[in-house]
Amino acid sequence: MMGFDWNWQLDGWIVAAGILCAVASSLLGCFLLLRRMSLLGDAISHAVLPGLAGAFLISGSRSSIWMFVGAVIVGVLTALLSDFIHNRGQVDEGASMGVVFTTLFASGLLMIVVAADRVDLDPGCVLYGAIEQTPLDKWDFPWLGIAVPRVVVVLSIVTLVNALFVGLFFKELKISTFDAALATASGFSASLIHYALMTLVAVTAVACFESVGNILVVAMLIVPPATAYLLTNRLRTMVILSCLIAAVSAWGGHVMAIVIPSWFGFRSTTTAGMMSVAAGCAFMLAFLFAPNQGLLPRLVRQQWLRWSILADDVLTLLYRIEESARIGVSHSASADGSTFAVTAMPLTQTVPWVAETLLTNRFAVKWAIRYLSWRGRVEPAKANEPGSESAESSEAASVLPKLTAVGRREAETIVRSHRLWEQYLVTKVDVAEERLHAKADRFEHFTDREMQEQLDEQTDSPSIDPHGRPIPNPDQD
Amino acid sequence: MSEHLWRVLSLQDHNTRVVIFGTAILGFAAGLVGCLTLLRRRALVGDALAHAALPGIAGAFLIATAMGGEGKSLPILLAGATVSGLFGIVSILLIRKMTRIKEDAALGIILSVYFGLGVALLGIVTQMNRGNAAGLESFIYGKTATMTAGDARLIAVASAICVLICIALLKEFKLLCFDEAFAGARGYPVVLLDAVLMSVVVVVTIVGLQAVGLVLVIALLVIPAASARFWTDRLVVMMVIASVLGMTGSFVGAAVSAMLPRLPSGAMIVLAAGFGFLVSFLIGTRRGVLVRLWRRRKLNESIDHQHLLRELYEMFELDPSRVSVPYEELLERRSWSRKRLRRMLEQASREGWITENVSKMEFALTDRGETEAKRLTRRHRLWELYLIRYADIAPQRVDRDADAIEHVLEPEIVAELETLLDNELGKTRMPDDPHADGVAS
Repeated sequence: MMGFDWNWQLDGWIVAAGILCAVASSLLGCFLLLRRMSLLGDAISHAVLPGLAGAFLISGSRSSIWMFVGAVIVGVLTALLSDFIHNRGQVDEGASMGVVFTTLFASGLLMIVVAADRVDLDPGCVLYGAIEQTPLDKWDFPWLGIAVPRVVVVLSIVTLVNALFVGLFFKELKISTFDAALATASGFSASLIHYALMTLVAVTAVACFESVGNILVVAMLIVPPATAYLLTNRLRTMVILSCLIAAVSAWGGHVMAIVIPSWFGFRSTTTAGMMSVAAGCAFMLAFLFAPNQGLLPRLVRQQWLRWSILADDVLTLLYRIEESARIGVSHSASADGSTFAVTAMPLTQTVPWVAETLLTNRFAVKWAIRYLSWRGRVEPAKANEPGSESAESSEAASVLPKLTAVGRREAETIVRSHRLWEQYLVTKVDVAEERLHAKADRFEHFTDREMQEQLDEQTDSPSIDPHGRPIPNPDQD
Repeated sequence: MSEHLWRVLSLQDHNTRVVIFGTAILGFAAGLVGCLTLLRRRALVGDALAHAALPGIAGAFLIATAMGGEGKSLPILLAGATVSGLFGIVSILLIRKMTRIKEDAALGIILSVYFGLGVALLGIVTQMNRGNAAGLESFIYGKTATMTAGDARLIAVASAICVLICIALLKEFKLLCFDEAFAGARGYPVVLLDAVLMSVVVVVTIVGLQAVGLVLVIALLVIPAASARFWTDRLVVMMVIASVLGMTGSFVGAAVSAMLPRLPSGAMIVLAAGFGFLVSFLIGTRRGVLVRLWRRRKLNESIDHQHLLRELYEMFELDPSRVSVPYEELLERRSWSRKRLRRMLEQASREGWITENVSKMEFALTDRGETEAKRLTRRHRLWELYLIRYADIAPQRVDRDADAIEHVLEPEIVAELETLLDNELGKTRMPDDPHADGVAS
């Protein structure tokens, strides 16, 4: 089926352990992320060393139950101490975590070294459990008929507990995460939920890293929730999505760990590391392509907006040229108060002139014109003006096109919005005349029909704008 | 023992000298840089960077070995670590700038994903038949005790560069830390400055990483800076204190571990710094917990004292003919407990504000006490009057409001209130009690 060596007896259990660890972590990770406590997993996984050493020194055995209890106690202690230093000492959250976990780690190291002759404990081995060894240590379940690895059993229980906690207390978690004061006001203790969450994070971190390695649990506490956070605004969706992402990246990570090194002629590499790399890849995809938050969609949306505004501007400029020619012919010298800079217009309006007027480059204007003519808003001017065609062919390319009937109508709508806004700003908002144009220029692209009508009503349906130019009305023509 | 102590402290052994010098200089630089990252609310950036350096180390080793070079040469590995550390920083800044993900999660993402990549690469490195991969882990766990003179020299040079950059750009970094938006508005290249600051952190982290290990370098970046914050509100002072604390912590830790050879020096340095943090946390003169408790207690005492004097004044004012006030009557005026009232009365009589009879059950104000009590009452009533006249608050409710603010009214504000309420004051210059019968109407 797959082009590489895959053994369900081995790889199946490894992937199962990875998925369970990933799901258990990311369930809680969502709330850590929103509470800005993402680094707690990292802090706990460093800090539990004295718990392990202490449990060993006291119980004198390397039984995993004692180790587990010791580690969980110190893990919860890490969270409590960081909270205490943060609240009482007014120290930055990150810094208080940093102080606590480094000090605890150092004291754990010290305990191990001091009791070295009695303790046979390698910190590296304890802290960095290996997920590859999952299938080796199995428990028999006679009534099931199969032997299940111990790790998978433990992680299943942890996952179940976390899922129950999140499922049962979803509302409480949500309220206390977003508004702790409201939680207290509505009658349940936000700090109780907080400490329950801390305890579960500690249990999960310890259970996961003694079986599958701490790097995986740190990654899965943060990366899948962050990825889901970029994809949705709803907490429920975020929790579900992050579990899915976590599971997929656990599976994908194991496949990557087997496949990628083989391209370079190596055997498989560390699965836990690759699982977190897979989660990182998922995050990168979301970072780039998430529909709302992603980099590229945002960039495209921004460019598209810029582009359509430029097209609008070109269209209205063409209309203004046409209009000034018309007014210039019909009542050339009358125009009372008409300060519109008709005189500043050169006799032959060319693309470079448009580009300069709109503060952009020729290339963009040419493309905008091409776009407009594709949409049937303008047509080439050559056929209508044989006079200008007689000029050189290179000049002919930069002569501006003519508006079509559809284009004129659209331009009139935009110009109408623009001038209605100017009128409104002058009469209702008292904006200074020299700042009118710039403001109206921004609004004109976002003014729909309904707003136009309202503006019209508010300004008593004027026929000329503050500069004395007529306000077109495409519906009446 | 004392001979041994003297040998260590006078730095007679070459090895001890190197270790102590190296870690002390690193502690100095890390403390200084740590202040800036702490105030930038990025205290754990060193944590993220130290983890992010791993794929660079493993990758550099892989590439160098594959090209037939000596993979474990220090410059190559350091270059690899620096490159991937810088990549990590760029990723953090990008995530921070381009998405709504917060600082801590951005650090966490980079930390775990890069470290995961590093672990995966190490998994491949161990399979290589060429080159000797053993010892690459020492980059993560450090090898403080076996620091060579070359390492110490590297630390010294890198630290000097970082300290000089920080001093040269002090003003810019300060603005960046306290008000990024303002710095941007003043035309400082905020992104560039941020990048420079983070590069300095990269250099300190990576130099420290190979010399003393991951956890120690994080501790040196975080703990001295966090401790220094308890002592001062001024950045320069804080930087000086943090550097000194970092240096002292390193010195003490390294010296202790040199005297008792079984103790790992890295852990001892962290513990020494942690001890410094504990001391600062408790007795730091600016934000220390005990100092703040003491300050609050002082404030409460002075508030109690002012309340007591005012109550006494009002009781005498109500009935000018009486000579003294009995204890039980005083007790009923406010919700204070017997013990508290007793303590307040004792203190007030000791300081000469009130006199008491032999049985200590009847009290009267001394002349000094009366002047003070009159001043306090006046202040309280001025504010009440102000609230009634200008804030339209019902007379029944002004007492509580005035109670809350009267203790912090400055003389200037009192003078201002006086001019505002000039024609309400009358001849006595003492406003009437708005709660007394007949006056409130």
